[in-house]
Amino acid sequence: MHIVVCIKQVPDSAQIRVHPVTNTIMRQGVPTIINPYDLFALEEALRLRDKFGGEVTVLTMGPPSAEDSLRKALTFGANRAVLLTDRFFAGADTLATSYALAAAIRKIGATFGAPDIVFTGKQTIDGDTAQVGPGICKRLDFLQLTYVSKVSSLDLAGRTIEVERRSEGGVQVLRSRLPCLITMLEGTNEVRRGTMLNALTAARAEVVKWSAQDAGVEDIAKCGLRGSPTVVKRVFAPTPRSEKAVVVEPAGRPPAEALIDEIFKLRPKLEADMFELARGF
Amino acid sequence: MSQPAKPATPPAGRANAKKELSEHFKQYKHVWVFVEQERGHVHPVSWELMGSGRRLADKLGVELAAVVIGPAGEATRAAAAEAFCYGADLAYIVADDVLTDYRNESYTKALTDLVNTYKPEILLLGATTLGRDLAGAVATTLLTGLTADCTELEVDSDNSLAATRPTFGGSLLCTIYTLNFRPQMATVRPRVMEMPERVEKPVGRIIEFPLGMVEADIVTKILAFVPDRDKATSNLAYADIVVAGGMGLNSLENFQLVRQLAGVLGAEYGCSRPLVQKGWVSADRQIGQTGKTIRPKLYIAAGISGAIQHRVGVDGADLIVAINTDKNAPIFDFAHLALVTDAIRLLPALTEAFRKRLSPHTRDRIAS
Repeated sequence: MHIVVCIKQVPDSAQIRVHPVTNTIMRQGVPTIINPYDLFALEEALRLRDKFGGEVTVLTMGPPSAEDSLRKALTFGANRAVLLTDRFFAGADTLATSYALAAAIRKIGATFGAPDIVFTGKQTIDGDTAQVGPGICKRLDFLQLTYVSKVSSLDLAGRTIEVERRSEGGVQVLRSRLPCLITMLEGTNEVRRGTMLNALTAARAEVVKWSAQDAGVEDIAKCGLRGSPTVVKRVFAPTPRSEKAVVVEPAGRPPAEALIDEIFKLRPKLEADMFELARGF
Repeated sequence: MSQPAKPATPPAGRANAKKELSEHFKQYKHVWVFVEQERGHVHPVSWELMGSGRRLADKLGVELAAVVIGPAGEATRAAAAEAFCYGADLAYIVADDVLTDYRNESYTKALTDLVNTYKPEILLLGATTLGRDLAGAVATTLLTGLTADCTELEVDSDNSLAATRPTFGGSLLCTIYTLNFRPQMATVRPRVMEMPERVEKPVGRIIEFPLGMVEADIVTKILAFVPDRDKATSNLAYADIVVAGGMGLNSLENFQLVRQLAGVLGAEYGCSRPLVQKGWVSADRQIGQTGKTIRPKLYIAAGISGAIQHRVGVDGADLIVAINTDKNAPIFDFAHLALVTDAIRLLPALTEAFRKRLSPHTRDRIAS
């Protein structure tokens, strides 16, 4: 069995700061991490490999520094890492990103064996779109299984897979066919720690680096900024509310009492509503 | 390398050079809203989007259409009939028992075929698990632009859709256009747009469209559907009162103070993103761009600093009360009522004070 896991190196958003005066993002020195959602995908892939045998290839598209995240994935036990890096990919939106990644997955298939499953996280923490997974899937013409909380069974000989998928009002239990693309829901498994042995292997492992040409990208015009149908025209900081917040000054009274008075002073109707709600409990 | 990798100031040459839309795409007219129904239940986000769609269609001087995909029978027709009450001028229906449960293969085909046949210029979907699964597949099949999780939809002076969404992990906003491709697709999360008023209207023009697919054509099979029993997990977005805690609470133990206050108020409780990342609170309680968007009558934020990613999830609240020790915390820029104090100390007192105020005894006294 061959599983490809698509990961993304993202800025650790907990540590992004906006400059208080210029209102611009201070990107300098923000550490990068593997997109946390992708870790659940990687873990699920590794578990399936451990159970059924085979190989896990991790793939990312990004600047040369994204190699750090691939090495990290190797320390978790991935067998191979591929870095798709080329200036032609810069500025890609989700459609152009899925084009490049799908090309690389075809190349991975041709070079290391056709993938049975492509895994990825349900979304990234920086883009938050949840579109690249379905995009890759459609381009590869795989079966699409998003928001998967559990892979309940896998029959490699019969080419079938059963999963539980989160939908708005409940859980769908689905049977589908390989090859498929799965986006994994968060919190669905316990992400393993890297082992010392894997860390040593990972440090020496060679990360496969492909340019657009190496990856067999057919049409460079479909990559990066040029290949993106969406155009970012404006980036701006949100405007503060025009009226300033009313600051509660307890003035010797218990602050909790003063706060409640202010709440009901600003929204007199709320008191009756809250009586109703509180009564229900 | 999706949106955040883009330069903050895109090269002017590209961004501003709107090529003439190709003749083929000029035929694309009208605004569509995908009406998401699952098991006979229409997701309210569809009506919220109908409100936005109506506004866009009026500005463009075009029609607003509802797209309803579902099983043959009453439920699907009822959803279409309801769409007219929320502002649709017409409805496209693809009704087939193969579409009883949502599956990517069948729904992608239905929606893609409709778009290719009737050619809308704008297509809006809810950013739910269903909507995101479908939108990503449809946009890639159509090779057009899709802007996810928009917080604002406008029509520009040249009639293009200006879709605004948070970027850089929710610390800034950006406005995105799909200039040279059609339809212009966008998803919007539940509760981001205001629910329009429902006005009783007769059923209008309905166009039925065949699916052109039978069960044997669909690979993925539904083995079972397990409905959610825990009502509380799904009610946060639609709650009237929400109490939430952030990193200022310092510990999981202190987060219980938030739950206690919520309990006394009959409110839902939530949290900011770091608490989910720490594993203190489950992900379905997260409020913000990556979690739920809320529009309660009262929102109490305890120990939440108020990053943009959080703000976009609560901007629709009627009254935002912020409790934070840091008087410079960004949350005070968008709160209506501010109390600069330690939430850990205030919350128990607030819970007790509300308990007294809201007891039946107090109410009787006020009434008399």
